Amino acid sequence: MDLGRWIIGGSLRPCALLSLASVRSVHPDRLKLQCAFPLELQSSRHRDLGPVPTNNLKLPLADLHLLSNFVHNIAKMEILLGITGKDFTLIAASKAAMRGATILKASDDKTRHLNKHTLMAYSGEAGDTVQFAEYIQANAQLYSMRNESDLSPSALANFVRGELATSLRSRKPYNVNLLLGGVDPITHKPSLYWLDYLAALAPLPYAAHGYAQYYCLSILDKHHHPDITLGQGIKLLTLCTDELKRRLPVDFKGMTVKAVTKDGIVDIEFNDDKVVKSA
Amino acid sequence: MSGIFAINGGACVAMVGKDCVAIACDLRLGLQALTVSNNFPKIFQYGDVFLGLTGLATDVSTVSDLFRYKVNMYRLREERDIAPRTFANLVSSTLYEKRFGPYFVGPVVAGLDPKTGEPFICGFDSIGCIDFAKDFIVSGTATDQLFGMCESLWEPDMTPDQLFETISQSLLNAVDRDALSGWGAHVYIIEKDKVTKRLLKGRQD
Repeated sequence: MDLGRWIIGGSLRPCALLSLASVRSVHPDRLKLQCAFPLELQSSRHRDLGPVPTNNLKLPLADLHLLSNFVHNIAKMEILLGITGKDFTLIAASKAAMRGATILKASDDKTRHLNKHTLMAYSGEAGDTVQFAEYIQANAQLYSMRNESDLSPSALANFVRGELATSLRSRKPYNVNLLLGGVDPITHKPSLYWLDYLAALAPLPYAAHGYAQYYCLSILDKHHHPDITLGQGIKLLTLCTDELKRRLPVDFKGMTVKAVTKDGIVDIEFNDDKVVKSA
Repeated sequence: MSGIFAINGGACVAMVGKDCVAIACDLRLGLQALTVSNNFPKIFQYGDVFLGLTGLATDVSTVSDLFRYKVNMYRLREERDIAPRTFANLVSSTLYEKRFGPYFVGPVVAGLDPKTGEPFICGFDSIGCIDFAKDFIVSGTATDQLFGMCESLWEPDMTPDQLFETISQSLLNAVDRDALSGWGAHVYIIEKDKVTKRLLKGRQD
């Protein structure tokens, strides 16, 4: 494969490509297999551990569900919102990076661009989120470079689901909730995919993760319409964040808001300083 | 209400009529008591065979994708569609492969024998034990309610129209007594050379 051409022509900087390649660390047993696809991106966490004793592979799902309750209560405080409209998909994520009772950062961006017209927002266990999101991002970009065409949002959603579902039955599954928003590059149809840490996938007109679900879904049920404009979408989002400010026990430090349209992904200016009186 | 099979909710039922079979499912996807989607179909078509999958949503998707792959490979190898009975055995052996770490699904198979036109339905547990039936098969969180409805409404040798009415009433009235399933339904009526798919709106609460 002619790497040089991609480095010049592709959207990745050379140093980024180098770091992609170094994600792969080869276990001697797997060396033969990996040579077939020299640049196949590997999740560095559970492949390459060498042969795993088979009894360890016995399903951890039952335990996982209990275990994840612990991590999940923190993750549930993280807000992910998604709204589709006539020709756009809005994705919003809270800016607070939390650890226990502490807010470590008030300007966290819990989203990754997968390609020109697909955006992924994530919440969940601290290390897993970014690790998984960047693994997906790298593979989406690798596909775009190899094929000179992007995967559609639905194709990406199913790819992500496959990866998460494989991980679910592994020794240490990723604990990540996702929203995938996009606009189809050909049909210009907006779409939104809801994906939880169990890898259940649902295409939805509007979606939320964590505690935000309990507050926002009913508001969206009442006010959402598939034909809304971007302006109306942002108003709807404000309605949701107002309610969250009113009812959530923590300060989530405002939202990073991005919109996907047929022209690409744009950052949306969102007023985080609005004070909402408590009920 | 607790347990892996009941996290996402959902119900499925298959019935035999005279020279026809029917299979129906609800459309809910939930997280415990919270409904996430009211458009999550649980019936999948592989050639002329139909597979209904209830249980853990992630495994519903995983297993349906897996069988799409397996049936496509079968079709390429054999140069013909898979028969319902053969598919049932494929489902059984595939599930038992994961005996000690199962897929958390309750599959239901429905179809007509391609040679004789004889109706065929069967159900499975999550590790592939086949339950053959001459009348009806139920699966999902509304299993108890569906058994009651089917037991009282089903009768032998129903026409396709009668079968549609029976299976629809059975499913709709069963899921209305189950908090974890409902929110609309898909109903397939399978005849010798015609398959009719109907969408039932159902109660949206």
